[in-house]
Amino acid sequence: MYSPRFHSISENDRQKLTLLVDGVSVEAREGDTLLTALMRHDGWVRTHEFDAGSRAGFCAMGACQDCWVTLADGQRLRACTTPVRSGMAIVRKPAINV
Amino acid sequence: MRAAETLLRAGLSAALIDEAPLAGGQIYRQPPESLRRPARQLYGSEARKALALHESFSRLRTSIDYRPETLVWGAREKRLLLSGPAGNTELAFDKVILATGAMDRIVPVPGWTLPGVYSLGGAQVVLKGQACLIGKRPVFIGTGPLLYLVAYQYCKAGAEPAAIVDTSDFTAQIGALPRLLSQPATLLRGIWYNAALVARRVPVFRSAKPQKIEIRGRQLVVTFKRNGKSFEIGGDAVGMGWGLKPETQLAEILGCAFSFHAGSRWHLPRCDAMGRSSTEHVYIAGDASGIRGADAAEAAGELAAFAVLEDLGHTVPQTRRQRLLAHLARAERFRSGLERAFPYQVPELAGDTVLCRCENVTVEEVRAAISSWQISELNQLKALTRCGMGRCQGRLCGSAAMEVLAAETGVEISDVGSIRGQIPLKPLIGARFQRKAAP
Repeated sequence: MYSPRFHSISENDRQKLTLLVDGVSVEAREGDTLLTALMRHDGWVRTHEFDAGSRAGFCAMGACQDCWVTLADGQRLRACTTPVRSGMAIVRKPAINV
Repeated sequence: MRAAETLLRAGLSAALIDEAPLAGGQIYRQPPESLRRPARQLYGSEARKALALHESFSRLRTSIDYRPETLVWGAREKRLLLSGPAGNTELAFDKVILATGAMDRIVPVPGWTLPGVYSLGGAQVVLKGQACLIGKRPVFIGTGPLLYLVAYQYCKAGAEPAAIVDTSDFTAQIGALPRLLSQPATLLRGIWYNAALVARRVPVFRSAKPQKIEIRGRQLVVTFKRNGKSFEIGGDAVGMGWGLKPETQLAEILGCAFSFHAGSRWHLPRCDAMGRSSTEHVYIAGDASGIRGADAAEAAGELAAFAVLEDLGHTVPQTRRQRLLAHLARAERFRSGLERAFPYQVPELAGDTVLCRCENVTVEEVRAAISSWQISELNQLKALTRCGMGRCQGRLCGSAAMEVLAAETGVEISDVGSIRGQIPLKPLIGARFQRKAAP
């Protein structure tokens, strides 16, 4: 349903990094935030707790808290303020259904 | 930053606590090393100011207790509660200057929670900090100078905005001109952005009433009404914002008194011209005490430091002090002009609009609660509906929730209250809590 969003305007020689998103290997670049990496991959970040709706953040500056993601080890991070590190594993599904 | 610089110059020791990983704040934000671009490309006409600020910072960096990536999540008397790379710590202080800045003010529109919809400030952060566009054909909706500035910056970066949908009326902008002349250079820049957008044939719709945002295939479609006619504009992203509002939660936690400010329809911490709050050891600078922009923030930072110095018995340069005060007075007049040109108006919201995006509370749920519980105050509303109780603490819905409550009850907007700040002021990262050793 969702397609990549965010378009890089400086496709350059930045170092490539690989992360895992829902078990799929995804390429990102040094300097990307998790938000950027996810948006460029398939355009969404998380499933909302109270409905099946997908979210992708909103403020991109650490205020709205609508882009928190869970890592495979259970750690939770805010995607828009967290730089991508090689080997990060993000688990977006299943949503925590209440 | 200007405050810190002034305090250090006077021989005081200071700590600079910044949530961001690199100095510069929002306007002069620095991208990560791998995304560095020429200043002219990053900051446009403000490149020189950005470079000056970054240079000042690199000069003071070694002589200050600098703590980047550090959130002040609370305060207890004269101690700040910090969370950063060093874990969760406390920092004792004698005086604190708050420069917590501002964020976008939002009018919710059905569909604003969809992926691809960002605040105008967010669209700018993505461009400046990540060298990315939220979309190649974004639709920008809202009002205020940022609406046109972001559209202009997106054009410069290679995007072709599908449209600018402004909820304000052009005559209001003309009527505000006398006040806007208090900062002619800023006004001129605004006119220049508008002219540049016209030259690039970006359609601008004024007096528009946004109805909804929908996903259709890969497109995000914005529907709005204008003079009774309905319009649809499709794009690949949406940026939205209705001016800015100060981040005041920390001032609240520190016990500062607030007053309702009619022009911005928002509660602002009460400060004197130098930035002294009602709490003896707390000073406030920049947009955190009222939106006046980046230039004024530099002046206000220096003034707040002067206030600290005066209160500690130092003498401060009087000519400089007067010049800065005059600068702020002009910025204040300019702001009142902007408030007239781009008034914050919350229209009658459709019942199915998600008002609180954290907790998914709709306008009709809020209206029903207001009438069945006879709610007249915003924190009651929060307790009974969870509107404003989510992770953002009402940063996004608070302003619109105030308007809905006032409209439903007939209570003046100044008297419906505001959502109380709570600690932790933002969610904390679990991994930063130190595990206590087993006994």
